[in-house]
Amino acid sequence: MLLRTKLFGVTYEFKDLKEVLAKANEEKSGDQQAGIAARSYAERVAARLVLAEVPLSALRENPVVPYEQDEVTRVIDDAVNETIYDEIKNWKVGEFREWILSNKTTGDMIRRVSNALTGEMVAGVTKLMSNLDLVVGGNKVRVVKHCNNTIGQPGRLASRNQPNHPTDSVDGIRATTYEGLSYGSGDSVIGINPSDDSVSSVSRLLEMTKEIIDRWEIPTQNCVLAHVTTQMECLKRGAPVGLVFQSLAGSEKAMESFGVSVGMIDEAYDLAKKYCWPAGPNYMYFETGQGSALSADAHHGADQLCLEARIYSMAKRWEPYQVNTVVGFIGPEYLYDATQITRAGLEDHFMGKLTGISMGCDVCYTNHAKATQNDLENLAVLLAAAGGNFIMGVPQGDDAMLSYQSTSYHDAPALRQALGLRPLPEFEAWLEEIGLWRDGQLTDLAGDPSFFLKR
Amino acid sequence: MTENLEQIVARVIAELQREGVSPASPVSATPTPSSGLVVDLPDPTVQEERHRLRVENPYDPDGLKNLCAATNARIGVGRTGARPKTASLLLFQADHGVTQDAIYGVVPEETKTALDLFSVSTKAADRAEYLLRPDLGRLLTDEAKALINERCKKDPDVQICIGDGLSAAAITNNLVNIYPVIQQGLSSAGLSMGTPFFIENCRVGVMNDVNTIVRAKVVMLLIGERPGLGIADAMSVYMGFDPQPGKSDADRDLICMITTHGGTNPLEAGAYVVEVVKKMIQHGASGVKLRELATGA
Repeated sequence: MLLRTKLFGVTYEFKDLKEVLAKANEEKSGDQQAGIAARSYAERVAARLVLAEVPLSALRENPVVPYEQDEVTRVIDDAVNETIYDEIKNWKVGEFREWILSNKTTGDMIRRVSNALTGEMVAGVTKLMSNLDLVVGGNKVRVVKHCNNTIGQPGRLASRNQPNHPTDSVDGIRATTYEGLSYGSGDSVIGINPSDDSVSSVSRLLEMTKEIIDRWEIPTQNCVLAHVTTQMECLKRGAPVGLVFQSLAGSEKAMESFGVSVGMIDEAYDLAKKYCWPAGPNYMYFETGQGSALSADAHHGADQLCLEARIYSMAKRWEPYQVNTVVGFIGPEYLYDATQITRAGLEDHFMGKLTGISMGCDVCYTNHAKATQNDLENLAVLLAAAGGNFIMGVPQGDDAMLSYQSTSYHDAPALRQALGLRPLPEFEAWLEEIGLWRDGQLTDLAGDPSFFLKR
Repeated sequence: MTENLEQIVARVIAELQREGVSPASPVSATPTPSSGLVVDLPDPTVQEERHRLRVENPYDPDGLKNLCAATNARIGVGRTGARPKTASLLLFQADHGVTQDAIYGVVPEETKTALDLFSVSTKAADRAEYLLRPDLGRLLTDEAKALINERCKKDPDVQICIGDGLSAAAITNNLVNIYPVIQQGLSSAGLSMGTPFFIENCRVGVMNDVNTIVRAKVVMLLIGERPGLGIADAMSVYMGFDPQPGKSDADRDLICMITTHGGTNPLEAGAYVVEVVKKMIQHGASGVKLRELATGA
């Protein structure tokens, strides 16, 4: 394999595709920490020039972690549709970019090709995309899923109601859930990050949220984002689970560091289909984020974008209702500042959609990253413009339990108002019926959690 | 433009009134003819201001109060259109601003000289590198090692180190309160103390490097935590029995959220720390191993 280009008279040569992929990546502190990033801006572009000429087949044949060593690679490769793959395998990555962006290529055509893509192909083309390319490309692809309501249709933006509490107080979480609902947040899910991962505490929160959903006849689903094994036990004991959650990573070793495997998620998916209370057929909820494999020393010398793309390719197996990247949560040693967080958010959304995933984003940052709430609001607008399926709703953007900042309960209605987007259809009808939403905006009654003390 | 602020405000209000818009009267911006504009505000970060409910015409005012009392989350904050009220927007910005000042702040020399601390640095050369490369923050420079070797007493029972970590304010605000309690506690327990010093740009793992030089039974690191929104000066104390390269958090004990702003009071924390150190020396262990031994005993 010879991978070489000249640029301004200087020759740049790369030893393998893994190096080309890593060096073609937009600047990320995590890749620099791993010692695999381009050493100069020129070398980065040289890597992209080479990457643009690489056929998709070479990316399939050279996964960043070998097939024999890694079950994530095997799950992805085994799921490739060979008929469609034969049609596209000779496309070069640069041509693939132009095909995606061409006005002759429809979203449905992209969805068909999704069936033949591996994570390396998805990451490869993403590295050749500018930020606006990612917005336009992402916006073309609609991935619609159904659990108790319908997510992903054009013109809709959903919001996860995230009513966390530092000690899982049932009353505290109920109060915050009411606050979120009163802003029209919760159509994606009412989803709690627990601080106590025990079956009894998680079941208590599932029962409380299900009780609110029943009392107010809310077309949504509930979820407590405990470890998947805890939720499986809850399901077996009859607790009301709407969506089954787990964080996923892009290599077998990184999955192990999360205490999960492909077989375990297979089992969780079977249990979900058997015991979850909503109509379905999509019962799974996954979270991801660039850098997680490196932080577990399980990146195999590959860049964080490739590893992230592999998660989406694997996740297809379980037909998730929704997946979101928690883009800025990991900290500045992986994504240093607002520029890197913004880029990663757009990349992850685009890659998810290109893979055929119902993709959203936890637009967020920690206090030691070089970012502010203004930067977060910018990315939220970009993602809404890119057709993102959902964002988070957190009390004024300040998570009381996880100590990071995300999008506020105010932000989904603000984006809907500014960009002409609407809540999910069943949830919008419900909001209108109870009087919190009319003519594309919040009514006078909205923003008052005590509204939900009526019933 | 010779129009002063007072005139501008008066003109704008008059214009708004002409257009039939009555602005919500800004409480403190009312110009008085004699003294001009006076803006003299109470601190919006004190408890009663922070928790002021801002929902207009709530359905159930008492119920709203109860809901908001059930959580520390920012609820009942109200809205204007789909955006937050000005007061809650600015409070949020203040809370974030203070975290940034803490992370990029520097512990003043007075704080160090008051306790006779000398300073060394890790291999993270500046704040940017410190944030980007956690591994470098766990390693002392060669100069640091030489200075510690030259200045520090060897083989003490307890070595105390102080590090900026992710919050200079944590050290600036709490060290003066917690340090004397620890010092007195260790001394009345009959434990010998090494020569304390300050480590710039340090992560918790630097304890391992320190003990390759001083050979203490227990190393204690007082370090600034990553600031949370609104609480920017929380300090942690990490303790380990004979830390050596390769030791991890599982080998350490910790007390976190030491602050007078809604955390563990530094005086109480100091007393607790001394008890943990005594237990470590009694059992010759720390972390997971200590918990096993202490519960088995």
